[in-house]
Amino acid sequence: MPSHPDHRGFEIVAREDFSDVTYLLEVHHPQMAKAARAGQFVIVMLHEHGERIPLTIADFDRQKGTITLVIQAVGKTTREMQQVCRVGTHLLALTGPMGEPSHIGGQRHVVCVGGGLGVAPIFPQARAYKESGATVVAVVGFRSKDLVFWEDKFRACCDEVIVCTDDGSAGLKGNVTTGLRQALDADPEIDEVVAIGPPVMMKACAEVTRPRNIKTVVSLNPIMVDGTGMCGGCRVKIGTGIKFACVDGPDFDAHQVDFDDLMVRLKRFSETEKAALARWEEGCRLGTAQPAGK
Amino acid sequence: MAKRKTIRTIPRERAEVGEQDPQARIRNFDEVTLRFTPEQARHEADRCIECPRPACTPGCPVGVDVKGFIMKLSAGDLRGAYEVITETNLLPAVCGRVCPQENQCEGACVVGNQFAPVAIGRLERFVGDTAIANGWSSIPYIEPSGFRIGIVGSGPAGMACAADMAKAGCDVTVYEAFHVPGGVLRYGIPDFRLPNTVIDAEIANLEKLGVKFECNTLVGRLFTIEQMIEEMGFHAVFIGTGAGYPSFLGIPGDNLNGVLSANELLTRCNMMKAKDGGFDTPLPIGARVAVIGAGNTAMDAMRVCRRLGAEQVHCIYRRSRAEAPARVEEVHHAEQEGIDFHWLTAPVEILDDGKGGVRGMRCIRMELGEPDASGRRRPVVVKGSEYEFDCDLVVVAIGTNANPIIGQTSKIKLDKRGYIATDDDLATSLAGVYAGGDIVTGAATVIQAMGAGRKAARGMKRYLGLRDTETVY
Ligand SMILES: Cc1cc2nc3c(=O)[nH]c(=O)nc-3n(C[C@H](O)[C@H](O)[C@H](O)COP(=O)(O)OP(=O)(O)OC[C@H]3O[C@@H](n4cnc5c(N)ncnc54)[C@H](O)[C@@H]3O)c2cc1C
Ligand SMILES: Cc1cc2nc3c(=O)[nH]c(=O)nc-3n(C[C@H](O)[C@H](O)[C@H](O)COP(=O)(O)OP(=O)(O)OC[C@H]3O[C@@H](n4cnc5c(N)ncnc54)[C@H](O)[C@@H]3O)c2cc1C
Ligand code: SF4
Ligand code: SF4
Ligand code: FES
Repeated sequence: MPSHPDHRGFEIVAREDFSDVTYLLEVHHPQMAKAARAGQFVIVMLHEHGERIPLTIADFDRQKGTITLVIQAVGKTTREMQQVCRVGTHLLALTGPMGEPSHIGGQRHVVCVGGGLGVAPIFPQARAYKESGATVVAVVGFRSKDLVFWEDKFRACCDEVIVCTDDGSAGLKGNVTTGLRQALDADPEIDEVVAIGPPVMMKACAEVTRPRNIKTVVSLNPIMVDGTGMCGGCRVKIGTGIKFACVDGPDFDAHQVDFDDLMVRLKRFSETEKAALARWEEGCRLGTAQPAGK
Repeated sequence: MAKRKTIRTIPRERAEVGEQDPQARIRNFDEVTLRFTPEQARHEADRCIECPRPACTPGCPVGVDVKGFIMKLSAGDLRGAYEVITETNLLPAVCGRVCPQENQCEGACVVGNQFAPVAIGRLERFVGDTAIANGWSSIPYIEPSGFRIGIVGSGPAGMACAADMAKAGCDVTVYEAFHVPGGVLRYGIPDFRLPNTVIDAEIANLEKLGVKFECNTLVGRLFTIEQMIEEMGFHAVFIGTGAGYPSFLGIPGDNLNGVLSANELLTRCNMMKAKDGGFDTPLPIGARVAVIGAGNTAMDAMRVCRRLGAEQVHCIYRRSRAEAPARVEEVHHAEQEGIDFHWLTAPVEILDDGKGGVRGMRCIRMELGEPDASGRRRPVVVKGSEYEFDCDLVVVAIGTNANPIIGQTSKIKLDKRGYIATDDDLATSLAGVYAGGDIVTGAATVIQAMGAGRKAARGMKRYLGLRDTETVY
């Protein structure tokens, strides 16, 4: 197809593996590095037979002209990417930055909460709040010590970093709401909380801040196709209305979000997803896992 | 000279066109209506009485010289016919297939007063397909003008504007958010009505004119319209981003899994090729599907579901068949394919299966009352006529709104409904920035979008002080 100047796609210039399920890809796209702002995401297509999947811009480097994605291998596409995306290979499609940038500025004391696949996406927000002059506490949650990543990056741009692990092998024992409560108790002047992670986690954070009346923003991650407002697949219930997360969000007021609806909608394709993964894994075992599945 | 044709000397019946048998075609995505053979085209061309003041041309939104191209066809000059059409219509192979001819050129044709009107669309398609098969394209001598033009969106509006500006010697770049160009022609209209190969050929023709396509580019977010003019060196910009922001029903059950927009269904099927196997994008397939709406989008969604294996496909529409906005041929084809039409019926509630999915729908019967603002008789509820039926997938095709991205990211003036505001030349509130197609008018037709692209090109040329070279085509 006629498209961007490099017909092979968008080059991967760095890769780092944080664990056996989490990996980082740095992709060359100078124009996007220049445009990207905290809270925005991209849509990636690995190859012609692939899906379009949304991923948050976890970092961007305007000098180097790159954007960074941190990906959890959860299903067919993210696992295949884990297997085939090496330095020097290309993504077929990379579109963005998508979504409304986070509204940063004016807040004085902020807590940024990231759990699971939300740890990396919360980073640009934490940094942007700091740059806007706020006092920033980061609360980041992992299952255990060996899955912890980017602690140094958070420390470099936050006033305080609270690490939580499910098993207590590093930092606080417990999930991120434990850390969030601790941060809120320590500073009564917190005027905004931002939480990114799995819907259950975001919902739990919203319930922590609701009785305290603290403005809370979450970044929603419904299933998407185009990311341009064209399909309505990403619709979410906010208050009494329906919004499209890709163009009206992805940031929304946590106290207005219907998380139960979001969780049900995320299961839309669970059967097909399981089948696709099983087929692909079978292909890997047999050595026939060719992306072009025809 | 041949004797002048009159209504009494022409063949009364239309040339019979080949069609895939309904039972066979509901198992494939091949084209339903076959191309005219040269003999059929000849027969049909003979039915045009070559009116001194043709009614067909004013019936066409872009004013195709129908009589002119048919006369060339009659004379056996196919290349000549192609040149005549492409003076006004850039995409004959597309428009011949998808124009609502019954309301446009054919609706106005005088032969229609007594017999079926001349099958202008099919003739146009015959010429367009012949051109593609032979690799014809009309590339005039182009003298570089030194101007750079940016086009936002690669649908028919953007394509038409790009072609005219390239012919005027401009350096034209088309930006498209998707990974493939073509707009609705690509992601919306299915292969059985408009094969992808036709779109590929038309895009290739534009590339031959020197037009560059940059996909994966979401204008507004990657760079703004203002930046295109102020920083990126474009002398003028055209916005043709379409109106794809689907409406939902606003009734209980709207958000259930198993309720989706026709756009989503069609995009997954057509552009992401979920129908072909070996592609990763999942596609929800129901055994019993209800599609809400009766426009082209609804017909496409129903016929796609049929081909994907749905046992029953229901069409729910609150007005009657006469008011259905789809092309008549599509309604007819849908009926042949066994779609179950519930005319004068409105959805009231989508019923939950208890697991987040759909188990059925509650509907209510309507009757037609007084005409409304659109001149169509307004459907009113028949009290106490509610009924339920089983279905497991609901596809919503009740229309779209303006896409908000350009408005969110630019100071450009929008109208009350969120569409881009323009003057008669299609100039927007920003100097050098033009807009046209669905993003200005709301959802319309391919030929209207193309016409708007060309009109904007005329405005741009005046703005840039370029001679209007349109006639060179
Ligand atoms: C705006 C946005 C930003 C995102 N940012 C990131 C990111 O920075 N890093 C990252 O690893 N992932 C991110 N995601 C989620 C990511 O898009 C999905 O994990 C991915 O699409 C899964 O594809 P798959 O084929 O590998 O798995 P699938 O087989 O499609 O799904 C496997 C499992 O993942 C769940 N899943 C599917 N889609 C999503 C989704 N959109 N969100 C959450 N869970 C999903 C399914 O319920 C299923 O259980 C983001 C999603 C959105 C909408
Ligand atoms: C399913 C369906 C069937 C139809 N059938 C018929 C038919 O039979 N006959 C008929 O005449 N009409 C039909 N129509 C209507 C017709 O297709 C549209 O009126 C026409 O395509 C509008 O053209 P356009 O160029 O304005 O926009 P579109 O064709 O919508 O193209 C807009 C393009 O712009 C891109 N874009 C949007 N925003 C951005 C951005 N910010 N940056 C970059 N790119 C962007 C989009 O991805 C898209 O590719 C149908 C429509 C649909 C949806
Ligand atoms: S462009 Fe459409 S309306 Fe015009 S003559 Fe051709 S088929 Fe008819
Ligand atoms: S109105 Fe009909 S008969 Fe007359 S020129 Fe046009 S196509 Fe021919
Ligand atoms: S992803 Fe299609 S509308 Fe948001």
